[in-house]
Amino acid sequence: MAKIIVDPVTRIEGHLKLEVEVEGNVVVDAFMGGALWRGLETIMQGRDPRDAEQIMQRICGVCPTGHATAGILALDDAFGIEPPPAGRIIRNLIFGSNYIQSHILHFFHLAALDYVKGPEIAPFKPRYEADFRLPQDVNDQAVAIYLEALTVRRQAHEMLTIWGGKMPHVQAIVPGGVSEVPDTSKIYQFLTSLEKITDFINKKYVPTVKAVAGVYSDWFDVGRGCQNMLAYGAFPQEEGMDHIKKKKFFNSGVYIDGQYKDLDPKVITEDVKYAWYKDGIDPSPENAVLTPDAKKKDAYSWMKAPRYNGKAMEVGPLARQWINKTKDVVDLGPKAFSVMGRHFARAIETAQMAAACKDWAMELTKYAGQPVCTPHKLPTKEVVGMGLTEASRGALGHWHRISSDGRTKVYNAVVPTTWNASPRTGSGAATLRGPMEQAIIGTTVKDANNPVELVRIIRAFDPCFGCAIHIMTPDKKTISQFAIN
Amino acid sequence: MPTKLSRRDFIRLCAGSAAAVSLSGYLAPFIKEAAAAGDLPKVIWIQGASCTGCSISLLNTVHPDIQKVLTEVISLTYHPNVMAAAGDLAIHEGMYKVAEENKGKFYLVVEGAVPTAFEGLTCTVGEIDGKPITFKQMVTDIGSKAAAILNFGTCSAYGGIPATGPNPTECKPVSDIVKGVQQVNVPGCPPHPDWMIGTIAHVLLYNDIPELDYHGRPKMFFGGIIHDNCQRRQYFDNGIFAKTFGDPGCMLELGCKGPISHCDATTRLWNNGTNWCVKCGAVCIGCTEPEFPAWPMYERMPEMPVGPATTVTVDQIGLVLAGATAVGIAGHLGGNILTGRVGPHKEEEVKEGEN
Repeated sequence: MAKIIVDPVTRIEGHLKLEVEVEGNVVVDAFMGGALWRGLETIMQGRDPRDAEQIMQRICGVCPTGHATAGILALDDAFGIEPPPAGRIIRNLIFGSNYIQSHILHFFHLAALDYVKGPEIAPFKPRYEADFRLPQDVNDQAVAIYLEALTVRRQAHEMLTIWGGKMPHVQAIVPGGVSEVPDTSKIYQFLTSLEKITDFINKKYVPTVKAVAGVYSDWFDVGRGCQNMLAYGAFPQEEGMDHIKKKKFFNSGVYIDGQYKDLDPKVITEDVKYAWYKDGIDPSPENAVLTPDAKKKDAYSWMKAPRYNGKAMEVGPLARQWINKTKDVVDLGPKAFSVMGRHFARAIETAQMAAACKDWAMELTKYAGQPVCTPHKLPTKEVVGMGLTEASRGALGHWHRISSDGRTKVYNAVVPTTWNASPRTGSGAATLRGPMEQAIIGTTVKDANNPVELVRIIRAFDPCFGCAIHIMTPDKKTISQFAIN
Repeated sequence: MPTKLSRRDFIRLCAGSAAAVSLSGYLAPFIKEAAAAGDLPKVIWIQGASCTGCSISLLNTVHPDIQKVLTEVISLTYHPNVMAAAGDLAIHEGMYKVAEENKGKFYLVVEGAVPTAFEGLTCTVGEIDGKPITFKQMVTDIGSKAAAILNFGTCSAYGGIPATGPNPTECKPVSDIVKGVQQVNVPGCPPHPDWMIGTIAHVLLYNDIPELDYHGRPKMFFGGIIHDNCQRRQYFDNGIFAKTFGDPGCMLELGCKGPISHCDATTRLWNNGTNWCVKCGAVCIGCTEPEFPAWPMYERMPEMPVGPATTVTVDQIGLVLAGATAVGIAGHLGGNILTGRVGPHKEEEVKEGEN
């Protein structure tokens, strides 16, 4: 029995803390907690509601477009407007480009060093040695692609910027559509850039993931998780005010206890029993207002615990691909619910997204010179806007209540990482752990001084926070401290 | 240190900033030469109440590219997102030991504001001897030993997003936490990679911080005002204002903060010269300014609050801003109001939101 502290775990976005209890060398319990609270939802209260798109995308510099999109969908919903076709397509191109950027960044620059041995210079050194199994030539090739991927992800941002103005933190997404106007030269510039990036995805990224998956095939059996999947759907393909029902590139839906079902946003709730907020919040995201309580007893996270009809749900590329019933992923069967299954689904999705961006750009040629934005008016009575989309990391929802004086009253963002890394809810026999906590429990940690298994499980979810790992005995006594890569 | 490139030429090069020149490839050899004189200069990069956007922006650097920066320009001994190590190894070997052994010689980059509420517990960034380290403690421990602190991004420079009202975590800029160490503010949400790399390059080449403005920003990047060089300036001069996004025209009516914002995005452009905020038809939100984001982004400027609970009209902006150029701008803008180009602003117009 041991308590091991790894703090911080690096190569993820933000700050996280994880405590794990082991018996023998098997994990028996896990506590996952976000270690940063900035209160952006509190900051929105009383502001001009239109600022949400700018303020809330600053939740994350890796996937700002996700929050910009969810924020703007909530505003569109509240204002009762929707973009004209050109605006809808350009939003898809902006968001799609960042999917590509984010997925490439995640695999190569955040996750790959768990499987690939980096060169002998900072920041690749110092490191702890793990079971690096790739043959030398494949490893060398992977390092070369790691470096090339730095350029490709930059180019994906540049491709996005043609429509978005600047990245990180995109400027062109506005209520009712976008601000950038399509013309042939921009479309051509986008397609030229996209072609190069598509080549990298199909010839380098996907094959590297397959090579890693082949050598580390036992990782298709690690990190099962809750096996309940949630997707809000994203990338609208047609006009229509009903955002849930309209045709989208990624379908919305849920997969619970082996059954596929339609999405019902009304059963989404949030719980703060183990979060550092005062109890007694309204469970509905459109009404919940948080008050921090940094010393709350039994709390261990700054993250709320979202639940769907009371269930903990996994979100992300695997959930999307599972809900969309993508053949390559569904064919994996239960092995899809695993560390490698998640990396594989993300890689497949990147290739899908590159192909979709090409189709959208071609479709945009029909709308050169057409309006990109529908004018709006601030509401004069209290309204609630709901913006549901899929950030690259998974289902993302913004709920925005605007008061009759046209100011933000309540803002709530329920983000992918709070679904995946949520703390538990309930107590005793009714305890329901979050999906990542569930994925970690039951894992065999071969070397207590080098729990590479835990970090590989965490990083496969592409979480969005800094992370600390504690493996503790029931008496919580630390016997060793170390770090892994 | 090399002397081939005079400081004057360097600053001219940085400020030149035609998009294609950027921090051009021919700057790289000088940096390389500086590096060749000894070990690569050590840089520790830490993140507090941040979104990682500044780090992602750094990855977008083109001349030199990020591969060169990491392998030939600096020795990045600690960076939460890119380093291989984690946990104690990262904290001890990558940070505390490097800081101790290179006291007064390494550079500290800070991304993110410093939360001070709840004893700093809303942002813990690691553990030492089983106790959580707050970001506030880390900034103090490491910052006090640095040769200089480079505050990358508006959050570390001025507080930025998390510090805006009601500032729930009582976030503060680094300069309020660490005293007695020279600091450079490179604001922006995020900063342009050239501003960050250019500042690092200046510090490495001349072993000295660049000349700063009143708000601690390098003049070579933040000396100008967006409105001065805006490509939509002609519209303003001709009194043509966009009413809806996607329209041609000056963006003032839709909320543009160009007249009070200092940076060179107008000529440098973003993401390898691809586009920038106003070129894409959006508004400047003033992200390089100390007050950002205290103002409503999509409301027209004259009612913009400057500092807590203060509202200024465009005629008063000149009093708030430092420098004759700014006064000139405000006067110029005021002139437009007087001549009726920018109509008197009515409350109901704000509510309607003309976009």
